[in-house]
Amino acid sequence: MKPVGLLRGAWLVLKKDWQLEWRTRARLTATVFFSLCTLLLFSFAMGPGIDVLRAHAPGYLWLGILFASVLSLGESFRVEAENQSLTGLLLAPVDARSIFLGKVLGNATLLFGLALLLLPVTVALYDVDLSRNPGLLLVALALGCLGIAAPGTVYSAMSSNARARDVMLPLLLFPVLVPMLLAAVSATRFALGKDVQEQLPSWLKLLTAFDLIYLSVGFLVFPRVVEDD
Amino acid sequence: MSDPPAIELKDVSKRFGPRWAISRLSFTLAPGRSLLLTGHNGSGKTTLLRMIATATFPTLGAIELFGQETRRHRADLRPKVALLSHANFLYEDLTAAQNLSLAAQLLGTDAPATKVAELLDRVGLLARANNPVRQFSAGMRKRVSIARLLLKAPKLALLDEPFGELDPAGITQMEGLIRELQAQGATVVLATHLIEQGLALTQERLHLEQGRKEKVS
Repeated sequence: MKPVGLLRGAWLVLKKDWQLEWRTRARLTATVFFSLCTLLLFSFAMGPGIDVLRAHAPGYLWLGILFASVLSLGESFRVEAENQSLTGLLLAPVDARSIFLGKVLGNATLLFGLALLLLPVTVALYDVDLSRNPGLLLVALALGCLGIAAPGTVYSAMSSNARARDVMLPLLLFPVLVPMLLAAVSATRFALGKDVQEQLPSWLKLLTAFDLIYLSVGFLVFPRVVEDD
Repeated sequence: MSDPPAIELKDVSKRFGPRWAISRLSFTLAPGRSLLLTGHNGSGKTTLLRMIATATFPTLGAIELFGQETRRHRADLRPKVALLSHANFLYEDLTAAQNLSLAAQLLGTDAPATKVAELLDRVGLLARANNPVRQFSAGMRKRVSIARLLLKAPKLALLDEPFGELDPAGITQMEGLIRELQAQGATVVLATHLIEQGLALTQERLHLEQGRKEKVS
């Protein structure tokens, strides 16, 4: 017997999270309904002016994903706190950095799936046109979801044992995400609308840079968060 | 040169907030020996076992397992050490087979599916292999945890209240299992309130009183 390496460990953690999600579908159901309600409420709040709705659609889409991500990220470590399963994983043994990578990928894929489900709703409520740049729109969504999942995984682990964890996670996470979110909204705006000055590639590069920074910091910090040193 | 001790505690203390759960504890246990750990509730038995298992680390002092310091060599030591704890480390919404399969794959076990089926059969849960752990009784969960411990074939087995939640047949099976681990050369540390049963299975005893070593025999 030889314990698994970094990537194989990450894959097994990811597979386990998918199995858990498939069995209960609790996270997906909660996040989908929550984000649908959010998008609907934004459209009610802004009134029937279609030009205003269309102009703000990228921001509302990302706020829907962001608010839903708090539910999803919190649940991702609630299952690890139950029965101290996270300690069980560490002693199994699996490298804490593998757990980080597996969890980030699991959270990012769930958020990306959610984003895909929200796209037709955004078309229906805000009258946006998805056909202008669909490929790069998907890239922007994927990078944005990864940008939420990487620091979200660290903060979710950090707050999972706290008494007020439901309050603590957004308080810790939202300030860190502001710059990435601005880039994600801008990239989505240019992917959905006119991009006369061809700004979209620059915003995508900026999003990629944010993702790399978040992933690198999380990769270094996560073992200190989960190991009881 | 003789083998290093399986466990060596060097003036170990562990603090939780203002309270010292373990205070200046030192002892050694040779490889292949078995130790009974006794003490009242809150005397520090579980904390001690968790520190030896590398789930947590001393505030002061050091623990060495097989000559390796736990904090620095945790990655090398974890495959050799298994902890049967109050918390069962299981995922409630995964089946018994999925829980064990994850552990087997993380350990790099050859033919994990066969090994998992074999162990579930051994703990009497093969018929319930595909049921989620959430549907299991406390005793059945304990049996899954035992199967998980056996999967590791540990050099050092740390058993925290191993007879708790088990029915009489389960207790007999657990005693057999401890003897089997000992026969395979594993070092066993057993924390239990069932002192007579514990004494029958071990050669040494350590009694803890408020985190301090009270008596060794």
